[in-house]
Amino acid sequence: MSDLGDLYQQVILDHNRSPRNFGKLADANRQAEGYNPLCGDHFTVYLKVENGVIQDVGFQGSGCAISKASSSLMSAFLKGKTQEEAEKLFQTFHEMVMGKLSEPERLESLGKLVALSGVCDYPARVKCASLAWHAMIAALKGESREVSTE
Amino acid sequence: MAIATGTVEGHRPKQTSFEVERIREDFPILKRKIRGKPLIYLDNAATSQKPQVVIDAITRYYSAANANIHRGVHYLSEQATAAYEAARAKVRAHLNAREDREIIFVRGTTEAINLVAYSYGRKHVKKGDEIIVSAMEHHSNIVPWQMLCEEKGARLRVIPMNDDGELLLDEYEKLLGPHTRIVAVNHVSNALGTVNPVRKIIEMAHAHGARVLIDGAQSVPHLPVDVQDLDSDFYVFSGHKVFGPTGIGAVYGKASLLESMPPFMGGGDMIRTVTFEKTTYNDLPYKFEAGTPYIAGGIGLGTAIDYIGQLDLSAIAAYEHDLLEYATRAVSGLGGIRIIGTAREKASVLSFVMDGVHPHDIGTIVDREGVAIRTGHHCAQPVMKRFGIPATARASFAFYNTKEEVDALVRALLKVREIIK
Ligand SMILES: Cc1ncc(COP(=O)(O)O)c(C=O)c1O
Repeated sequence: MSDLGDLYQQVILDHNRSPRNFGKLADANRQAEGYNPLCGDHFTVYLKVENGVIQDVGFQGSGCAISKASSSLMSAFLKGKTQEEAEKLFQTFHEMVMGKLSEPERLESLGKLVALSGVCDYPARVKCASLAWHAMIAALKGESREVSTE
Repeated sequence: MAIATGTVEGHRPKQTSFEVERIREDFPILKRKIRGKPLIYLDNAATSQKPQVVIDAITRYYSAANANIHRGVHYLSEQATAAYEAARAKVRAHLNAREDREIIFVRGTTEAINLVAYSYGRKHVKKGDEIIVSAMEHHSNIVPWQMLCEEKGARLRVIPMNDDGELLLDEYEKLLGPHTRIVAVNHVSNALGTVNPVRKIIEMAHAHGARVLIDGAQSVPHLPVDVQDLDSDFYVFSGHKVFGPTGIGAVYGKASLLESMPPFMGGGDMIRTVTFEKTTYNDLPYKFEAGTPYIAGGIGLGTAIDYIGQLDLSAIAAYEHDLLEYATRAVSGLGGIRIIGTAREKASVLSFVMDGVHPHDIGTIVDREGVAIRTGHHCAQPVMKRFGIPATARASFAFYNTKEEVDALVRALLKVREIIK
């Protein structure tokens, strides 16, 4: 049985309390909304993308500790990554929170995001952790529509 | 005193007081451990647990009496038909409807409301008409009416509520008028726990010639309901919230109204004669029961009604009231808590938000303590919007819950505070 401490790690609590890159990004050229109708989590992710590189990230909205911390950690981690790298990270991140990461060595590529690995023991919370990521991918693809986890 | 219907096997004398420990023995799931801790089930508004007699009735039906109903001349079919129809009579008695044929079995409240909206609504609602719902409805008592309004060019009006979660009857009076066709309101709100003055609401609607549907999903488990006394035109509920199985529920409708309504679904059982030129429909209630129904479910629901019938309902009401007050005081006492739904008349539901903690996190953390509560919008997004919150945590009680369980909830909430600082 996993401990609650595995889910609510210090890093997560810290990012929940003081989220990084919180707020609308003034010079964003991509943005998308993520909404989880089940629990009402709602975030907008802003990206500034130039020459295929994510220069800046911001997000705004409200949600539970997991979704907020995940958004915050993601925003910090993606700065300077290429579009391709971001998509690959999303893949790896998604496999991690689903508990389906085939090659554990790929975890390293996730850096601090590993703090969210405990989510895989809480199936009902996987959507919280991946909400901002879905919005980020939609924004990258230039889809301005709202993405929903349902 | 013996049970009036006298059909539950292993029945016992009607209880004249209320002993919760004895009641708990009837519900096998309450002995379960969750993650090594005793289950504390406080999500009764979502669905209630089932007493052993209900589980046994379903098993007994499948192992000893399974057959299709209304179709066979053989012994088993006759037995199954009799058991299913006996269940209908029990539902009728429980709601104090006049006749068995006024009870139509459906899958649950959602299907019940859709049946009335589709059949009564499509026949009687015209362009320019109005349908009134309240600000505290479950989505299932909003969406079917919205669909009907869209199809017919009718208008949906909403009775507002105050900050305590009480409907504003003065505003309701202003909404009523010559265009009002249907008023659809819940008896007890699943998100707030408010007990609405439905008798008055019905009377006011009738004064304007409108028909009324009462969503009884949350009232039938907690209050005695008398559809004749209320003079309700339609009254609907779900079996799974009254200690019966999922997948079965009922529509009560006044016979005169049901008679005038077209069928909801076409198929077997709902017809009298079929030719390729013309079909004539069956009598009530079968006109509305196309296809093989959930026979075991109907029988299980009948048994659940027998089960509550032999309890002392007024003692239960007092017990539940006391438990809700105790819980309200205990949870408020934690500080940094806002109770959502503070109506004077309330039943069973304690919805709340906690400063600085999202309800979803509350749900996950208390679950680790074995406490099952619901978090989210409770299928009542307009209620969340009205109170300016995305979601609430909701503890909802049944008569088998105890003060010790409330204490455990409070301890679990303290743990939430400890973890999410
Ligand atoms: C007030 C109310 N109405 C309708 C429903 C829908 O009931 P069901 O899902 O059983 O059809 C519920 C159940 O949550 C409810 O609480």
